[in-house]
Amino acid sequence: MSQSAPTKTQRPLSPHLQVYKPQMTSVLSILHRMTGFGLSVGLMMFAWWLISAAIGPGAYAVFMSFAGSTLGMLLLFGFTLAFFYHLANGIRHLFWDSGLLFKIENAYKAGYAVLLFTALMTAATWYCVLNKGPYASPSVTATLTAAEAEGETR
Amino acid sequence: MNMKWDNHGMKTPLARARGLGASRAVVPGWIRLRVTAIGIAVLSVWFLWFLTQTVGASHEEFTAKLADPRNAICMLLLIIAAFSHAVLGNREIVEDYIHHEGFKIFKLIGTYLFFFALATACIFSILKIAL
Repeated sequence: MSQSAPTKTQRPLSPHLQVYKPQMTSVLSILHRMTGFGLSVGLMMFAWWLISAAIGPGAYAVFMSFAGSTLGMLLLFGFTLAFFYHLANGIRHLFWDSGLLFKIENAYKAGYAVLLFTALMTAATWYCVLNKGPYASPSVTATLTAAEAEGETR
Repeated sequence: MNMKWDNHGMKTPLARARGLGASRAVVPGWIRLRVTAIGIAVLSVWFLWFLTQTVGASHEEFTAKLADPRNAICMLLLIIAAFSHAVLGNREIVEDYIHHEGFKIFKLIGTYLFFFALATACIFSILKIAL
């Protein structure tokens, strides 16, 4: 604590992040924090979704038009990616908490598994959401086609 | 001069140190972060299914789906777990990166109030739709 030591002597500092080569373990660890923070910001959009539905059809339509816009879709795609990454890496952390996967090769293997899971689940989720649900084809595909048409005219 | 540890009587140094950390309550927070994480992981299976069932639905169809008690209960649980997890995770980040004591407290209180307000709004919305 700096308060208890008023005369601060200049001591050498230990090397910090910038002197190390980025590694699988450190990069995934930093990504876990970043995605966690991003998801907590994303809760604002989650809240907007539910609150707009409670307010009524008008407010819900405003939310849906934002969610269907290019910016909205980009954000949702980012949240999906961040969610699956944070979920999988969180489970990796739970393994560590219970004393498993500490061997460096296992930590790496689990790291690659996390990345694979993230990619597959993000792809699968977007495929299912766009094609499989009972309401998927008419409105969402219409929104997408409208967005594409808008992009072509630009 | 009277030190703060003079008042702890028979407590051993270990007993005094237990549970104390940057925020004076690290261990319960550490456990809660993991418990909410497991809750979210389980509920995420339901949530993904719910998304496929409701994306693209009209307001009427969406609120009807959400009004089903099974969905409403899962959504409420998810809201509680997700917002608690967000508060605890943000606290960890703030404690690690913000070293100025006053600003840190300010950030922690702000984070807590912000997520508490959002969670309350979400819970009220679900109840209004479902009841």
